[in-house]
Amino acid sequence: MSIENLKTYDPFAEADEEDSGQTKQTQEYIHIRIQQRNGRKTLTTVQGIPKKFDAKKILKVVKKEFACNGTIIGDEDSKMGDVIQLQGDQRAKIKDFLTNKDEGLGLDAKTIKVHGF
Amino acid sequence: MDSEDSSVQRRPSRKSVAFTDEKLVVDADGSVTMVASPTDEIKETAQSHSAPTTTTDAQDAAAAPAADDGLDLSLMKKKKKKVKKDEDAADAADEAAPAEGDGAIDLTMKKKKKKKVAKEDDEFAKKLEALNLEGKEGEEAAPEEDEQDGDMDQGTGIWAHDETKTITYNPLLSRFFALLSQKNPDHASTGTRSYKIPPPQCLREGNKKTIFANLPEICKRMKRADEHVTSYLFAELGTSGSVDGSRRLVIKGRFQQKQIENVLRTYIIEYVTCKTCRSPNTELSKGENRLYFITCNSCGSRRSVQAIKTGFSAQVGKRRKMQG
Repeated sequence: MSIENLKTYDPFAEADEEDSGQTKQTQEYIHIRIQQRNGRKTLTTVQGIPKKFDAKKILKVVKKEFACNGTIIGDEDSKMGDVIQLQGDQRAKIKDFLTNKDEGLGLDAKTIKVHGF
Repeated sequence: MDSEDSSVQRRPSRKSVAFTDEKLVVDADGSVTMVASPTDEIKETAQSHSAPTTTTDAQDAAAAPAADDGLDLSLMKKKKKKVKKDEDAADAADEAAPAEGDGAIDLTMKKKKKKKVAKEDDEFAKKLEALNLEGKEGEEAAPEEDEQDGDMDQGTGIWAHDETKTITYNPLLSRFFALLSQKNPDHASTGTRSYKIPPPQCLREGNKKTIFANLPEICKRMKRADEHVTSYLFAELGTSGSVDGSRRLVIKGRFQQKQIENVLRTYIIEYVTCKTCRSPNTELSKGENRLYFITCNSCGSRRSVQAIKTGFSAQVGKRRKMQG
């Protein structure tokens, strides 16, 4: 038999948990970056897409939709996970895609960070 | 408002950080004026607040969507539908008050202005401006509220010392704000004035390098270490660079002034302005266990900021050397 009242509630533990939750959230940001290549050419990299999505499938759709080429770069040694790399400046488009509920992934715009100029 | 700010951080429509160059302002009648500071525009937006009381309801209804407008435009595509609906509502409100021709004109002007001004004016500033304007337009408004006039500075009319008539809320409020701005002008101005830094000077060195000439000056203005700003610039631009003999920053890659400006703007939003009171008067200090903290000098709040992370950077140019 259990006494409900005796289930001690530790305020410090709770706070700690919350804290770690927050840091997790900050880690879960999706970073969209742009990088300059030679001339007017640029690369767009998307880092931190949640694991539940298949990067390969995303890439396939995105490549067709944006009419650009791209690749998946898997970094085993670093903790960045799969990075989708697209040719050209696709930042606005990929952000639209990630947040679009009907045709995209329907992610929260707050979890996406767009970097670069 | 701040939560929304963070979601639309990187939109050019956001002008909370202005660079000192003068703004071009196109009026509704087509005349183009150079405005050194945004205060004029704000006054015009605030005009409707001081309009006769009968219109205020309709205007308020329209004002809210118009304010949304500026935000939503910078958001996603699918939000646009909602915006349209809001605009319809605004139009409806417009038609609801056709009798006050002045009010209708005000509204349209206001909508146009709103988009340009974005949302640099926070509530307080808006109120303040509105009330200032009311004070100036006192002569016109006088016939309507004839019993509530008088010069508060000279102590005449209702402001006379031995006046027994009760003073209504609005004049009292306007007097409060007038006195507030009179007695401590710096406090009153913080809301309206956007934070200004000198525009970055970009020169091209050769074909592939950009020189950012006045970085020390800008850093001094922001009270931040050169190294911190530099590392942020490099992380955001995804390049590297160095500092040359005369402390100018040499960035690899071609960058225009506008691009650097955008990055600086995000830097200021993230690492300079206080999230609580929006004051740029802050200090960045290294706290315990490698965390950086921003301490606000005007409101005393303290918050931690994220360390600058470079993140993934694709390898560009020459191929990476094969292992082994």
